[in-house]
Amino acid sequence: MKVYYLLGLLPFLAILVGTGFVNRMEPFVFGLPFLLFWFFFWTIMSSVIMWIIFKLDPINKQEEETE
Amino acid sequence: MNSAMWIIFGALLVSLLLGIMARRGKDMSMEQWAIGGRGFGSIFVFLLLAGETYSIFTLLGTSGLAYSKGAVGFYLIAFTTLGAITSYWLLPPIWRFAKKHNLVSQSEFFAVKYNSPVLGVFVTIVGVVALVPYIVLLFKSMGILVSATSYGAISPTVAIWIGMIALVVYVMISGIHGSAWTSTVKDFLIFFVILFLGIYLPVHYHGSFQHMFETVSAAKEGILTLPDKGMSLSWFISTVAISAFGYFMWPHNAPTIFAAKNARTFRTNAILLPLYAIMILFVYFVGFTAIVQVPGLTGPDGDYALLRLSMKTFDPWFVGIIGATGLLATLVPGSMMLMSAATMLTKNVYGYMFPKAEGANSALIAKSFVIVLSLVCTMMALGENNTLATLYLTSFSLVTQLAPALYCSLMKRNQITKQGAFLGIFFGVGIVLYMTFTKTTMAMLFAGFPQWIQDLNNGVFALVVNIFVMVAVSFVTKKAADAKQVTQYS
Repeated sequence: MKVYYLLGLLPFLAILVGTGFVNRMEPFVFGLPFLLFWFFFWTIMSSVIMWIIFKLDPINKQEEETE
Repeated sequence: MNSAMWIIFGALLVSLLLGIMARRGKDMSMEQWAIGGRGFGSIFVFLLLAGETYSIFTLLGTSGLAYSKGAVGFYLIAFTTLGAITSYWLLPPIWRFAKKHNLVSQSEFFAVKYNSPVLGVFVTIVGVVALVPYIVLLFKSMGILVSATSYGAISPTVAIWIGMIALVVYVMISGIHGSAWTSTVKDFLIFFVILFLGIYLPVHYHGSFQHMFETVSAAKEGILTLPDKGMSLSWFISTVAISAFGYFMWPHNAPTIFAAKNARTFRTNAILLPLYAIMILFVYFVGFTAIVQVPGLTGPDGDYALLRLSMKTFDPWFVGIIGATGLLATLVPGSMMLMSAATMLTKNVYGYMFPKAEGANSALIAKSFVIVLSLVCTMMALGENNTLATLYLTSFSLVTQLAPALYCSLMKRNQITKQGAFLGIFFGVGIVLYMTFTKTTMAMLFAGFPQWIQDLNNGVFALVVNIFVMVAVSFVTKKAADAKQVTQYS
């Protein structure tokens, strides 16, 4: 278990727990009502986080995976 | 016939031709295609997985849900994102095990993991049952698509039959080879159509996204946030959780997962798939614009929102392009679902019951399963009055019940026994089916409980029972097995 894997939990926390705190329309961000912006933001963040994990994880550097 | 209809039927003919051409010269067996020699690179696996996820439901059902229920529909982008993340950790061990044991279907995965052919048979049946509402959804969408774009000339009933015949002919003629070709065309079409509609419609009618949302919120107060009761925050979170949990449990996903060249493919996918989910955002824009521009569609008619708005805005030929996209977005996932259901029924159920009969006539039996399954789903599509989103939710509540046993089977020391896995799935699926057919709601089962419990997704309740039964039965059977071993040694 690698510590940076915990980053992958952030989108789950944001969406499964955080949504309870952002169930509102205002302020609008990028023209989106706040609740929708929240999901849009975390969709982008998920991709970024998974990219960071991908880069940190030595398993992806092996040429041929010997697992 | 108007020009929209001509374009849609033209697309159908082209996709059939593509199927015939793809078939000529390479008579691969179903298994060979299914796993493609395990040589699929990242991009191809990504396109296939994305192609299986984005169907006509994305166009009609998602916009319909945004139109009728507003913010409730946001659950789709939320669970797609979370489900995509799981591929980083979930899919490599599944793929590794499948490669080691030369597996080609989901039911084989369960059968080998739990060393129980009976569990394999049972998982096949559960997978097919979970696919039924999904296929019904596709037929209904086809009905909506054809009846709307015929500008009323064809009734929804006739349209559903046309849709079903088109799908069956497509599967029969092109088999699974055609899907790979058509899938690519479909992915590009659906991508551009959604992007174009999602940007053009709100800007055309309201000038900007924000102004569109403000107008919508003025017309229907509170539609941009989750309601306090019913499909409330508790419904939302529980639905997102179970849908993400069951994201890769579909029987027709398994062959695609097994087809990958290496495990890294899935880790790249975890980066790309969330970005693809942004498409859903643009479908919401269409649904919300329709609230103001084509008001008055109630109940299941909300699923007409995207088409009605397009017909109001564009010339028939462009409606035809949208319709053709919808047609392909039905044929590709539909054929994948029918094919994988039929193959699994033939190999793992029929083959298990009649081990000697396997062989020459198995292709014929698989085709018969395709027809029977299509007829059953057509009948259900004709007699049913739910929104597309309701069918989609039922499908997910069912298929998620396979997740606990699958997740546990990937652990280093799996404490779950085959009896535990079997009974857990049995009770989980049983509860969802019972609640669906008797129209029992969580509020009826848990009257008097706090509101948030009454609002939970029924799939979550079934999942909790599923896990509880699975653990309890495993504990008892494991103890019995250990005791037996002890007496043998002493």
